[in-house]
Amino acid sequence: MKKVLLAVGGTVLLIVAAVAFTLGSRHDNAEAGPAAQLTLAPGQLLYRTVSTGRIASVPLSNPAATPQVSGLRCDRFAVAKHTAVCLAVQPGTLPAVTDVLVLDDHLAIKHKESLPGTPSRARVSPDGRLVYWTLFVTGDSYAATGFSTRAGLYEVDTGRLVKTIEELAVQVDGRRYFASDANFWGITFAPDGNRFYATLASLGKTYLVEGDYAHYHGKALRENVECPSLSPDGTRVAFKKKVGDGVWRLSVLDLATLKETPLAETRSVDDQALWADDHTVLYGLDNAVWSVPADGSGSPRKLAGDAASPAVTG
Amino acid sequence: MYIAASRTSDLAAGNDRKPALRRVAANVVALGLVSLVTDVSSEMVTAVLPLYLVLGLGLNPLQFGLLDGLYAGATAVVRVLGGHLADRWRRLKAVAGLGYGLSAVCKLGLVAAGSSVAAIGVVLAADRTGKGIRTAPRDALISLSSEPGALGRSFGVHRALDTVGAFLGPLVAMAVLALSLGSYTSVFFTSFCIAAIAVLLLVLFVRDRPAVVDRDGVSLRAAFGLLRSKDFRRITIWAALLGLVTVGDSFIYLLLQRRWDVAATYFPLLPLGTAGVYLLLAVPLGRLADRIGRWPVFLGGHVALCLALVLICGPQAGFWLAVVALGLHGVFYAATDGVLMAAAGPLVPSGLRATGLAVVQTGQAAARMLSSVLFGLAWTLWDLRPAVFVAAAALAAVALAAAFVRPVRP
Repeated sequence: MKKVLLAVGGTVLLIVAAVAFTLGSRHDNAEAGPAAQLTLAPGQLLYRTVSTGRIASVPLSNPAATPQVSGLRCDRFAVAKHTAVCLAVQPGTLPAVTDVLVLDDHLAIKHKESLPGTPSRARVSPDGRLVYWTLFVTGDSYAATGFSTRAGLYEVDTGRLVKTIEELAVQVDGRRYFASDANFWGITFAPDGNRFYATLASLGKTYLVEGDYAHYHGKALRENVECPSLSPDGTRVAFKKKVGDGVWRLSVLDLATLKETPLAETRSVDDQALWADDHTVLYGLDNAVWSVPADGSGSPRKLAGDAASPAVTG
Repeated sequence: MYIAASRTSDLAAGNDRKPALRRVAANVVALGLVSLVTDVSSEMVTAVLPLYLVLGLGLNPLQFGLLDGLYAGATAVVRVLGGHLADRWRRLKAVAGLGYGLSAVCKLGLVAAGSSVAAIGVVLAADRTGKGIRTAPRDALISLSSEPGALGRSFGVHRALDTVGAFLGPLVAMAVLALSLGSYTSVFFTSFCIAAIAVLLLVLFVRDRPAVVDRDGVSLRAAFGLLRSKDFRRITIWAALLGLVTVGDSFIYLLLQRRWDVAATYFPLLPLGTAGVYLLLAVPLGRLADRIGRWPVFLGGHVALCLALVLICGPQAGFWLAVVALGLHGVFYAATDGVLMAAAGPLVPSGLRATGLAVVQTGQAAARMLSSVLFGLAWTLWDLRPAVFVAAAALAAVALAAAFVRPVRP
């Protein structure tokens, strides 16, 4: 009898402790400072504040200025023209479900899609008419705790949703490629809104695929090019080149000559680079946003701390 | 339906009309409840850990996969050590409690580790060590607390309770995440509190079974001497060989998804299908094993897995075939997991029970890890279907050999 009392007492005590802790965290998480109303006016560097998840803005010309912080919380964020995209995991969903929020130039929600997976990459096409993303999906892959990726896109004008571009007809070495384990990630579109690039992974290899959206086919251009990002002039691709297991070197590929240039950032970068202009790329690393010249010269410069997912309005 | 077959065991066990739970030793039920509560705690963390590491801390999924595989291998060694020390000190409950306690404290470690990936790695390794330490002494306690004729039923009851915990864990994690607005720390802290409840239950309600043996029987030499016993050697080797040709769970679910075109949102529900069937059949198959023999049921489980593989990759595809295949996968678990322990128990002297069970488990676990690597390789080289057919053929061949060439006679 004494044992039963002890067991019940101890159990109740521990459950009360757990509930108190959980409700305490709820209070911390719900707490928010004053929120600024951000717009997509030109000349800003927008980013995700890592500690709170809220989107902040500083002038691109003076990134050391005190940031304006919005009330919008995202795990990934990107902008182009009058469109922004915000990927946010829904709290309390297991397996995770991600909300893809398509936002207007005042960061108001125009459209929402809820898709399975956790956010990896997000981008908006240069013309602002397409948003695209990559999500990690658990359980798709064969390793017990493995992930696979699913890249999809959404046409802002027509409302057409492509949940995954896995059906894209791809040619590798001139032959139509079929594999059950084909995985795509890191989409990037050209200013014409039709030509695009992405990484295709299959059977342990990665390829840079050049796609034609209207005809919905593509061809592999080159091996070992991950997370491509097309320059504003459409001639070069910044990407992460795998140099070891879990180690990537930020590099730039000239699409005309296929010449690769490693950039001055020597640390491993696991991000889809962002072109601030035709000469500079930005990326997130160690909870900060950095910039480095796109021609391999110079050295990395820290633009903002407690920051990730950089986006530039122009 | 089993009146004729169960007559002899009725005489031995007394009244057969009592529910199964009441006819197993109180100690087994207590251990089952401890496992249930512990599984709630550990499955909570398992469910959120990939999210936490990849999304919260920005770890690369590949790195996480590597990390995870490494620890699974390390557990194998600790398991034998835990089993042997429990036998040597003749304190099964204390060593099992140490394992449960270590894993509980590790949940707090996850809170303390914060965003340091290195610290999280250390904590996860310690957590797996705790799991490795406790498994063999716990199974030895179950086996020593039961009537030898009802071992299958005892393990069935324990595994069924354990599976209930695995069901509840992710649900509790979801509730905590929703309540705390996405705080992983709250999930870890709640997980700690639940693990502590399990330790409390263990301390209060589980009784130790000091084995009645002479002390010098429990040396390292005696432990190695176990393998000289013909039947024990056979069961260890056959379990390992069968492990080597067993296709891992994640592959099965992936195959089902490919064949059945399961939407990604529902994909994580597939393991629940297996667990549900396991939960329902653990006790009936354990009793069947007590009646017709544990080894035939164990091998029958592998035949069920083989059938599931053939169904999944066969010429016909369809919703019901997928459901049947998932059911067969559950049968495989119900007929093999606890039943192997029930089969191996009586082959080991009671003073060496934890050591002996640890050896069998470790051989099987190590072989299954190797099989995952091999199957992954075969899949990459030959594509999915040929790899599955080869695996099914190998499984059938080894199961047949285990039934007729040098069979185990428990």
